[in-house]
Amino acid sequence: MQFDSFTAFIDMGGYGFYVWLSYGIAALAIALLIILSKQKHKQTLQSINQRYIRETKRKTAAQQQHKSSSFTESENNHESAP
Amino acid sequence: MWKWLHPYANPETTYHLTGRLIPWFSYITVFFLTVGLTWALLFAPPDYQQGDSFRIFYIHVPTATLSMGIYVGMAIAALCSIVWQLRLADASAAALAPIGAVFTFISLVTGAAWGKPMWGTWWIWDARLTSQLILLFLFLGVIALHNAFEDKSSAGKAAGILTLVGVINIPIIKYSVEWWNTLHQGATVSKMGKPSMSIEMLWPFIFCYMGFVFLIVVITCIRFRSEILSRNSMRPWVKELVLNRGNS
Repeated sequence: MQFDSFTAFIDMGGYGFYVWLSYGIAALAIALLIILSKQKHKQTLQSINQRYIRETKRKTAAQQQHKSSSFTESENNHESAP
Repeated sequence: MWKWLHPYANPETTYHLTGRLIPWFSYITVFFLTVGLTWALLFAPPDYQQGDSFRIFYIHVPTATLSMGIYVGMAIAALCSIVWQLRLADASAAALAPIGAVFTFISLVTGAAWGKPMWGTWWIWDARLTSQLILLFLFLGVIALHNAFEDKSSAGKAAGILTLVGVINIPIIKYSVEWWNTLHQGATVSKMGKPSMSIEMLWPFIFCYMGFVFLIVVITCIRFRSEILSRNSMRPWVKELVLNRGNS
């Protein structure tokens, strides 16, 4: 152990501010990087999931529309025919 | 070798393998960083000239050398992606860029906080510092290019070309302290032959260095997996994975 007391440890032989500034910013930057990386993974999964939901909705909507419109379309075609 | 490597070029295998490896790499990281930093802060002897301010060394030097290492790794991945169209190489290059940017940023900030008490200034436009600042801008440029295109493969190509052009900066950083008259001191640890550090100072450095190496591995795995997913979102295995996750 190089330091006699906790205050001496914090003081770092007069360089406390610079040493703790370095360690603090490094810890903060790395913590932020880890949190953002994990968040990005979650967001990627969520956005893929949402795209699947959107696509299945669009597909079912298109199928329903196709069913209902195929009937009216044929009628329309009849009417518009000269 | 190709036969052995082939299954790892499969995105699904790699995704699951990295997922299983992340906890183990995390334990190793925590072990090395806890031991290394405690040793560095509490037990390493103070420098005879710089006193306790030299404890910044244990963050500054690993982050600075590894920022260059990350860049070289990213450049190799970019080369593989451009030459052989390996899509996983492209994903790993994209995963590495933000980590490199953070490491470069930390090396610059800790360098400034060390320079203020030792040199009397936070910043000086000296060859080593300027070339390291350029490295930060290169990383930021690569990140920007990866995000600038909707299509991931054209984004990877553009970012890859910038990465390969920027490799010229790496030897400039490395040898800047020898080529130019700079305020920055020369290499301490990696000197040919014997490192010019006492053994009580060197051991905590080795632990810190290994800790940062494994930290890079962990974060790379996390980001790499997101990149794999977003590049393979139309594949059935991704669909299955996402749907299973929604149910659980």
